[in-house]
Formats: sequence, C-alpha cells, structure tokens
Amino acid sequence: MSRFAEAARFAVRGVLGNKMRSALTTLGILIGVAAVIILVSVGTGSSAAVSEQISSLGSNTLTVSSSQGGGGGRGGGGGFPGMGGGSVDSGSQTRLAELTVDDAGALLDDELAPDVKAVAPTVSASSVTATYTGASHDVSSFTGTTPSYLAINDWTVSAGSAFVDADYTDRERVALVGVTVAEELAGGDGSDLLDETVQFNGVEYSVIGILSSKGTSGNQDQDDVVIAPLTAVQDTLTGYGSVDAITVQATSAETVDAAQAEIEDILNSRHKTTSDDADFSVSNASSFLEAATSTTDTLTVLLGAVAAISLLVGGIGVMNIMLVTVTERTREIGIRKAIGAQKFDIVSQFLVEAVLLSVFGGLMGVLIGVVGSQFTIVGVEPVIEPYSVVLAFGVSVLIGLFFGLYPANRAASLRPIDALRYE
Amino acid sequence: MTVVATRPVIEVRSLRKTYGLGDTEVHALAGVDLVVEKGDYIAIMGASGSGKSTLMNIIGCLDVPTTGQYLLDGVDTRRLDERRQALVRNRKIGFIFQSFNLIARTTALANVELPMAYAGVKAADRRSRAQAALERVGLGERLDHIPSQLSGGQQQRVAVARAIVTNPVLLLADEPTGALDSKSTADILDLFDDLSRAGRTLCVITHEDEVAARAKRVIRLRDGQIVMDERVAGIHQPPPGVAR
Repeated sequence: MSRFAEAARFAVRGVLGNKMRSALTTLGILIGVAAVIILVSVGTGSSAAVSEQISSLGSNTLTVSSSQGGGGGRGGGGGFPGMGGGSVDSGSQTRLAELTVDDAGALLDDELAPDVKAVAPTVSASSVTATYTGASHDVSSFTGTTPSYLAINDWTVSAGSAFVDADYTDRERVALVGVTVAEELAGGDGSDLLDETVQFNGVEYSVIGILSSKGTSGNQDQDDVVIAPLTAVQDTLTGYGSVDAITVQATSAETVDAAQAEIEDILNSRHKTTSDDADFSVSNASSFLEAATSTTDTLTVLLGAVAAISLLVGGIGVMNIMLVTVTERTREIGIRKAIGAQKFDIVSQFLVEAVLLSVFGGLMGVLIGVVGSQFTIVGVEPVIEPYSVVLAFGVSVLIGLFFGLYPANRAASLRPIDALRYE
Repeated sequence: MTVVATRPVIEVRSLRKTYGLGDTEVHALAGVDLVVEKGDYIAIMGASGSGKSTLMNIIGCLDVPTTGQYLLDGVDTRRLDERRQALVRNRKIGFIFQSFNLIARTTALANVELPMAYAGVKAADRRSRAQAALERVGLGERLDHIPSQLSGGQQQRVAVARAIVTNPVLLLADEPTGALDSKSTADILDLFDDLSRAGRTLCVITHEDEVAARAKRVIRLRDGQIVMDERVAGIHQPPPGVAR
C-alpha cells in the first residue's frame, strides 16, 4: 500500500499547492455541513420545545371545553357548590350549550367512567389586575377551580398552604399566587405576600399560599398565575353560570383514550347530543403533541433538505475545482505517466485530493455546526442530533469520493503523449 | 570494454505508423528497421515532419506502431497492455525531454525520487539513490531547490538524474538541448559522454548537428524512412566528443 501512501502525499502537496483555491472549495462543503447540522438542530430544538410545553400539561390529562363560543347568559342558573350538587338543568328540553360544574361532577363516576381519576372545572377571569399596597400587576391567568386542579396540574405550594374543599364549599376568598405575581406585588422573593390581603379587580382575597415555580415554557411565564376556589371566583369576578373548561385526569397515560370515550359518552347523554353534534370537545395532551410533532418534523425535514442542497452544491464545487486542477496539471500527469505512474497512482492521487478537500470541509463544518448550535437561534435552543452530524460528515466524504471520481478518472485516462504535448 | 552484447536494446522491424484514414492518410513512419546494441550512443536526426518524434514515442513506449515489430530489451511491446507499458517505461527507459518536464513546486530530490516511488522503492533507499544521482550530475548542493529556483541547464541535469536513477537499459532524450544556451548545452553533452563511457545506451533525437556530432552513430530520417545511417565510433569505444 506504499504506492497509495505516495499518491496521498502527492495529493496533500496538491491541496497545499494552491491554498486559496483549496480554502474556497472547502468553504462550500463547510457551509453545507454546518448548515445541515445547525438547521436540523434548530428543527429538533423547536420540536423539543413544543413537546416540552405540551407534556407540561400532563400526559394523562384531558381538557373538556365548550365548542360553542359565547352562548347563554352567565347569570342564568347557578353552579351550586359541591360536586354533583344542585341541578342546573334549567330548560332540560333544550340543548345545554355550556359546561357546568355538574357536568364535571358527573364525570366522577366509578361505573360509567372507571378511567377518570380526578376532575376539576375551571373558570378563567380575564384582565384581572391585582393591587397590593400601591403595587399593581396584571395577572395573565386567573383561574377559579376546585382543589383537585392543583394535583391534576402538578401545582404545589412552596409557602403557606393550598385551599381545601371546605374553602370551596364556604366560598372563601382565598388565593394561591404564582411566584411572578408575588414578586411583582410584594417585591423581593414575594414571600411577604403570604397571609396578606390582595385586591383583584377591587375584590379582596387573602393569599394563603405561594405556588412553587414552574418556570417559563416557550415565551409564556407559567408563574404569572392566581388560583382561587371556583365558587369565590364566580361570586366575585366571573359571575355564575357555565365553567370554561373541565380538566380531567385519567388514571394513567395509557387510559387517556378510554377516559376520553367515557367522558364523551357521559356528556353526550347529559347534553342530549351525539358525537356528530356534540357541543363540547375533548382534547388531550398527546393529541396536541402529535399534531405539533408532525408540524415540527415537517419543519425539520424542510430545513434539512435546504441544507442538503447546499451540501450538494458544495460537492459540485469540489468537482468543478478538481476538473480545473486536472486540466491545469495535464502536463504533470503526462510526466508522471511517462516515467511509470500507473492508472491506479493517478486515480488515487486526484481522488485523495478531492476527498481531502471535502473531508477537511466536513470536519470544519462539524466544528462550526456544533459551535453554532450552542447559541439560541430565532428563539429556539438548538438540540444537536448526533445522526445529523454523522450524516452530514459522511455525506461530505461520499461527495468527495463521488465528485472526485470523474475528474480523477479523466486524469488517469489521459494518454501520456497527449498529456505531454499539452500546453 | 569488451562486453559482448547479448541482445539488442532496440530492435525495430518494418515499423509503420499511419494517422488518419483514406485520403487523409499520413504515413509518419513508412517502414523503419533499426537495431541498437547495448552501449551504443545514437543520434536520430531529421527535419520536423520527418517522423522522428513518432519514432521516439514508439521507442519510448508512449505510443504503439500501426504495423511492424518493436522489441525493447527483448520485450515485444505490441503485446503490452497499458499497465505493462507503464511498467516498461518505469523500469527500462529513462526520459529526458526538451522542456525538462520536472514537476513544479517539487524539490529536485523529490523529482528524482519520483520514478522510484512509482516502482515501489522504499523511502530511505529512494532518498540515498536520488541523492547519488544528483551528485553524479553535479547538483549535490541543490537537492532542496524547486525547479523555478534552478537554471535551465540545472533543470535538465535534474531530469538526467531522474532518467538514470532507475538504471534503465535505455536513455531516451528528445531534443535535450533545444531549450538551453550553448554553455548548458555543452554541460549536458559532456554529461552524455560520461554516461556513454560508463556503458549506458543513449538515443538522442535532435535536429542540431552539434549534438549529433557527439554520438557514436548518426541516423537521419526523412519522410518516415531512414535515409542515412553512419557509424562514427565503435560501440565499445568512447564517444567522439571525448577524443577531442
């Protein structure tokens, strides 16, 4: 194999002989490889961010929401305290357009819905401003719900205590505030707000607990929240009537689909609807996840394809330069052949030269791709996919081989007398 | 110098080379017979178009004749495939070209090593032999110079070193002094005399009388045929230039 080693030496000399040209050729491959790595990382990163956001909803939770916007007056019919408490079926002959607390209660049925573990009806008060000793803060999410909501959504209390069923039934005006809200109102780490009275849109609530931080998800601050008993919120902020959504926890991630079917059956019979004209919809995190993943996967494929094209263009650049090199060095090839170089020697020399260009470009591209993926790009934290690194580098080597083969063969099949005569 | 030649280095029988077809047919060589014994120093002369370049290409195994036979050191070259042709060129022939044909940006030493690299000689061996060959041509001090740092005469001496380093049976020079001034020409011709006295077989293609006058035997080509074959000195005598 020493002949090959010689050919490789000549190839290295060839690459170094024209540094500027070699560098520019290498740049084409470099950009291609780096683009593949970075763009696939961005695609993967955004898909990871989305699925993280969605799975933070809980993989075994379902959300039932009314599928009709607006609808009946809030004041009509009351959601009375207690799960499965007083009936609100005012006008039971007509379709109920909205979800009620009773709907929520009806879902907790061991026989009809064995896969449902917990339910929590929720109401959301919009544009709530909290004020406390002169400080004010617009709360982005103000939720009225039942104590089980906290467990379903993984909320824990870092200071103070959570509200309990008694607070719910007694319509106590107590609130759990997120860290962001607490900090905005009380300053410091917000712990001073505990046991204080805060006004939400002018209604006094006493803060009995501060929620543990959940951090941000995407660009949404998950700690900018207030959670209070549903009854109190209806009393003071949203008025009586329907609930905005019912959060349901299935017994496990595997039973989510079964739970969904049970919920649909129960609600359809309560609302006197069928699956065709249902006035509610049930969605679960995994269905969001599927939709979102397929979108981001498409994105990743598109980004990767664009990058792959630039890699291909880089490969064509290698071929172009190698053809120029062969033409330029026709005389040298003639000399080599005249003094005894075999076809093999010439092919190896030029092929190795092409592969050197592309491998060097590939290595630099991997380096720049990996370094470039450490930065946040358009709000996405790229996640490097090892397969993209291996693939991009492997393809760059193959490109060198593939696009180098033709010029190398052309060089090797030159007849020595023609090559020597070439000026 | 009483070596008995066993077989001729060059043995050419009714060699023809034809280019083109039909009306445009050109006979570059129209039946050439030539035998060159080991140790001879011949000059092939002729005007351009006389067929001397074609003959040189065939003798150098760079081209094949249309008809006829050519035995190089007993090897029938018509039966060689491309790979073996290259092998024959590498082992049996040392080329010296008019335009030196050194590899650019490559040191004198590496240029001389090149044929041995293709012959698969080990690096250390190669180096010492190349060094010896360069010393032989008087360039022992310029091993690491690249062609552009050498004068024409020096470059041609590197080419001579490259030609002799593999100990070929035939040194084939194509207009070796065509691109040189008179001082360098004299140097190269003296070098050829040296090589001839050492028993090498030389074949010089030229159109200069001055160069042909140094050979032991002068052959003149015209229209693809040998029109003159004159022996100036015996095969085992020193070349005429040495006597002066």
